[in-house]
Amino acid sequence: MTAPHSFVEIRHAQKSYGTLEVLKDISLNVERGQIVAIIGPSGSGKSTLLRAINDLDPLTGGEIWLDGVQVNKALPHRQYEKHINQMRQEIGMVFQHFNLFPHLTVRENVTMAPKLLKKISDKEADKLAEEQLDHVGMLERIDYYPAQLSGGQKQRVAIARALAMKPKLMLFDEATSALDPELVEEVNLVMKKLAQEHMTMIIVTHEMDFAASVCDRVLFMDQGVVVEEGPPEQVFRNPTQERTRNFLRKHLEGAK
Amino acid sequence: MGLDFSVLPPFYGTLALGVLWTVAITAASAVLSFFGGILLAVIALYAPMAIRLPFRFLAWLFMGTPLLLQLFLIYFGLVQIGIDLPAFVAGVIGLGFHFAVYNSELIQTAMIAVDKGQMEAARTLGLSRRQALIKVVVPQAVRDVIPPIGNNMIALLKDSALVSVIGVSELTLSAQRAIGQTYRAFEFYAAAAVLYYIINLGMEAVLRWFENRNRLYR
Repeated sequence: MTAPHSFVEIRHAQKSYGTLEVLKDISLNVERGQIVAIIGPSGSGKSTLLRAINDLDPLTGGEIWLDGVQVNKALPHRQYEKHINQMRQEIGMVFQHFNLFPHLTVRENVTMAPKLLKKISDKEADKLAEEQLDHVGMLERIDYYPAQLSGGQKQRVAIARALAMKPKLMLFDEATSALDPELVEEVNLVMKKLAQEHMTMIIVTHEMDFAASVCDRVLFMDQGVVVEEGPPEQVFRNPTQERTRNFLRKHLEGAK
Repeated sequence: MGLDFSVLPPFYGTLALGVLWTVAITAASAVLSFFGGILLAVIALYAPMAIRLPFRFLAWLFMGTPLLLQLFLIYFGLVQIGIDLPAFVAGVIGLGFHFAVYNSELIQTAMIAVDKGQMEAARTLGLSRRQALIKVVVPQAVRDVIPPIGNNMIALLKDSALVSVIGVSELTLSAQRAIGQTYRAFEFYAAAAVLYYIINLGMEAVLRWFENRNRLYR
């Protein structure tokens, strides 16, 4: 194991379910403050790769490093649980279906983890919730329940919930795919704001325009491998691979 | 010999005490069956085999044998191995565990039905599995089964009459004592029935309050 050079390093990530190999030797480096988009057809392994970064879907081979610490360290079960819970506090994740806690208010959704894991007082927790919700423009809904919010509002709360743990890295798993078209923009705006604040982000998305406008780098994945990788203008305007061209063409037709 | 309800008033005190004991034993057993049900559900779904199997056997025992027999075993049987429980405690344990097993079945089903994304979101924030269960999965599962658990609690109230056989002076036994002195079976059993019904109404009101409290989050 050599020490990593990049903020996030994925080394030879490999994942199989039985004989089905969904990730085939994928390596990826992300520098601090960089934003990387992962695009590709469904079943390409892009969500699996994202979910491997915080070990929701453990890899069957390879290493994940964050800020000099290996996320998927080989440790005895109990120690590993402790280690991974610690690591996950530093990796925020936003899901396609929000996964807000429906039995808790917006405020409680945001403060539950910090109160439980960082032992902050109720007063500090309230202040934290107000800050984070203000940041995503959801302060007025602080005492609502998730069921009383629109999809876009739910997703903004979910982002605030992740940010309340002050993560070093944010993962977005198709954060806008489940939203009605008119609600996508409000979530994109929040993500752009995070980009301006130099949050390191890895974004799995179907939205090429958004990827092109905020990302430093785009990865095109297909059948478990990275087919093409580069700055958005290159991947979107001058893709070198036939598979990338096919995917982008189909996607553009679908969008029309 | 006709019916004569004027025999009741001298025994109002006895019956009131009976109501009190019935409410007390039902409340204590309900609390035990509720938390016991959660614990049994978590064990059934998440504990390692070595713990799960003996508990499954115990659950099977409580479900597959008559409650009356269980009460006899706990109160009269355990004395022989040196565990001498007061009748009230024996009654609460018997009723509580018996209904805990039924509640656990309901809670297990509801826990399985809680969206997998809930556990994932909690774990992603850094919560341990135990923390995620306590804070996220169990509260949602319990809220989803309040109405059927309420039905179990009403059954529990009615089955609390069984503890009269181990000598807890609850409503049924109080009625029987009054009958022993007056030989007026119809009047006192009818009075007891009315009182059970009134307690039942009170319990339904409490359950409705719980259900309403949880309406907001849907």
